[in-house]
This record gives sequence, C-alpha cells and structure tokens, in this order.
Amino acid sequence: MDFLRPASWEEALAAKAEHPTAVPIAGGTDVMVEINFDHRRPEYLMDLNRIGELYEWEVGEDSVRLGASVPYTRIMEHLRAELPGLALASHTVASPQIRNRGGVGGNLGTASPAGDAHPALLAAGAEVEAESVRGCRRIPIDAFYTGVKRNALAPDELIRAVHVKKADGPQQYSKVGTRNAMVIAVCAFGLALHPTTRTVRTGIGSAAPTPVRAKAAEDFLNAALEEGGFWDNGRIIAPSVAKQFADLCSAACNPIDDVRGTASYRRHAVGVMARRTLTWTWESYRGTEGAAFRKGGAA
Amino acid sequence: MRVNFTVNGRPQEADDVWEGESLLYVLRERLGLPGSKNACEQGECGSCTVRLDGLPVCSCLVAAGQVEGREVVTVEGLADHAGQRACGSDAGGTSLDEAKQWQAEGADSQAGEGVELSPIQQAFIDAGAVQCGFCTPGLLVAADEMLEHNPDPSDADIREALSGNLCRCTGYEKIMDAVRLAAARQSEGV
Repeated sequence: MDFLRPASWEEALAAKAEHPTAVPIAGGTDVMVEINFDHRRPEYLMDLNRIGELYEWEVGEDSVRLGASVPYTRIMEHLRAELPGLALASHTVASPQIRNRGGVGGNLGTASPAGDAHPALLAAGAEVEAESVRGCRRIPIDAFYTGVKRNALAPDELIRAVHVKKADGPQQYSKVGTRNAMVIAVCAFGLALHPTTRTVRTGIGSAAPTPVRAKAAEDFLNAALEEGGFWDNGRIIAPSVAKQFADLCSAACNPIDDVRGTASYRRHAVGVMARRTLTWTWESYRGTEGAAFRKGGAA
Repeated sequence: MRVNFTVNGRPQEADDVWEGESLLYVLRERLGLPGSKNACEQGECGSCTVRLDGLPVCSCLVAAGQVEGREVVTVEGLADHAGQRACGSDAGGTSLDEAKQWQAEGADSQAGEGVELSPIQQAFIDAGAVQCGFCTPGLLVAADEMLEHNPDPSDADIREALSGNLCRCTGYEKIMDAVRLAAARQSEGV
C-alpha cells in the first residue's frame, strides 16, 4: 500500500488521475473500518486532510457551498439556520467522536443507502461538485446515487464540495434506530417545505437500494396543497391528506429484510415519519415561519 | 513510512509504520502507550478516544499518516493537559518515558493515591465510576474535553458528550456521578 499526501487540491486531482484506484480518505470513519477488518486493501490510500479548502464553507445567495470534508460537528454548530435538515441529520450521525471527523463528502463517496446526510440533501435539493483533471461538473443529487454503494463519480473524479439549497421554509429529519447514538439508520426520512416554489421535497434513507425521493407522494401533496390554497391560507392539513401522503411515501420504498429490520417494518416506519415530519414542518409554516409567504398573513 | 507528530506535548517519531495502520496501533504498539484501548476497531465503542488537535476522535479510525505534524493527547497525558489548562500555560508536556510509566497504584478506593491525576480521573475514582476499567480511558478523554468548554453541563449535555463511549459494567450511573462531581469541583475551584 502507498500513502499519498497531496498538499493541494490540484495535487490530489493529479494523483487521482495517475492512480484511479486510489481510495480517498478524509474522516476515515468508513475507510478505516474496512482496512481494520481486512475487507479492503487499497493499492493507494490518499489522505485529503491536508487540503484546507475542503474544510471550508461559503454561504451564497441561494445555496451553501459545503466543502467535502466539513465535519458534521461544524454543520450542526454553524449551518443550522441555512441548512436545518442537514444539521438535524448531522446530529444523528454516530457520536461526537465520529461527527468530529466525518463529513458529507465521505457520505456521498460511500453512497450507502443508510448514509444519514442523503435524505436531507434530497429534500433540500443539492448538487455534487465533482472534479478531475479533465474538468469540473455539478451532478444533481437526484442523479448521484446509482446503486447500492455506487455513485455517479468517474474513477478519476473527487468530490470537492456539495452545493445545498438554502432553506426557504421549514425542514425536518427523522431517523429510526435502537438508540439515540451510534446507530446505523433502520430507515430515515427528510422533508423540506419550499414555500417560494410552493413545493414539498422528500428524501428516504435505508429503505431502497439507494437513497430516494418519494416523487409520487410529493406530486400528490403539491397538488393537494395548491388546490386547497394551503400555502396562502395556512390551514391545517386534513388527516386524510397526510395519510395519503404517508402511504405514498411507504410505497416509494423498496426495502429489504436485514439484521436491522424487516422490509415491512421499514415501509411502515417511513410512513409514520412522513406523516410526523409533514405535521412538524407544516405547523412551523403555519406559525411565524411561513407568515411572509401567506397572502393576508402578518406583514 | 515514518510519522512525526506530537503526543502529549512532546514531539514523537514512529518508524516502519504500515500505510494502512491506525493511530491507535501506533500509540499502543509503536510508542508503548497502551492507555487508549483497542476494542471494536470500528468507531462504535469509544475506548480508543484521544484528542487530535484538541478534538475527541476515535484513534482506530485515524490513519497513522494523517497525524503527520499534528497534536495528539492520550489518557496518559491527561493529568498534565488538565494541569496546564488550570495554570493557563502551554509548556511542558509528558515525556514518553513518563507516560509509559504512568499507573494508578492500588486496587481499592485509595487507587491513584500519590500519583498525579487529572480532576476527572480523581472524580472517577471517588465516584466509583471504574469497574473493569476498559472503557475508562476513552470516557476520561471525552469527559475532560466536554468540561473544558462546558464547565456547567446538564445531564443531557453529559449523556450526549459520552454517547460515543460504551460501558458494559456500570450502567453509566456512576459515570454520570463522576462527571457531575468533576464539574462541581471545577466550578468550586477545588
């Protein structure tokens, strides 16, 4: 094994081009487990810790450019206002020790269906900034996950940053596990209200081969909210609408039975989380947070 | 490969390090500092917790090459680290020989007597928070770090700060007592 220590982003890209099998390591919270257990013996291990820019973030007009290695702890501490869904998801990651090391870049690189950040990214809307010596591209989050632990990256590409849409309304995140810390999600659910476009977006984790959105559920809810003038009048969402939304979210799952839970439990739990997160976010929207969007609301 | 880094305030050099080796292995097997414990090797148990540039991390998940030029504090250096924090000085550190010789003497409630302990270590002994002791070093490092920036923690703060450290003996109650005790003593300036 060779240990590569690029001192800059350009050096890292050059090294990845020369050695496409090189395994990038930042927080190490996935890679080192595989090495410790002899599940992986990469020819080259490429340390990204020396590349300072990967630990920086920038809050722009519409989105946050989040460096690939920004630890979850920083997201929780500094980006709760801009990225509430991702901040909540970050707080559910493992333990303080892991959150001090791991970041969203690693979650995307591993692309496990159980990665905690994915449902929040899908619900908020995001693009992955991938780069190689051939150039830079932005991969929409909906096109990023291509299979179980597979993503859209080319062998010579590295993840430089994630551009996450700044919240324009309430966001929520929910995760099922056997305890509050150190849990791989049995399943997880992210929901974001987008009052500016009058849309709702979702993200489901650990209940399909890849993280997925519940698009039929979103379409149904978007139509129901529009039809009833809910974005303007801020009325309570009828239980029947919430139930239909929850059922459609369950139907978007394609889960398996495994040691953490059965497929039918996962489907059920996703429905419950969908209904709850919808209620929480909508209550928040009906309160002060949505006032600016509602016609006739408090100016 | 060779790795140069600072351990407990003193520069150290580890040779013949395998590229896939963890920081934990380097500390235990190459530098002779077995205080950080090796249990799960997957970041689940926290018994290998050390401070890396000040932050608590699982040393089993840090590749040795990643600590080049960086600062690590292990449980063996905790007493000095806490002492320096109390005096506000940054000098000194713990030599490797001193660190290797560190041991809490005795096996009864007087354990640790005559040995310099950090306040959190003393509180663990006084509160009876040590049973088999395997998880203790990780808990000490994590608890000490929390008390450094949160001198008056709520029970929820303590539980969260220690949520990455598993203990199979105590049921955590005595550990909670110990951290509360250390916080109370810290605020009283004892």
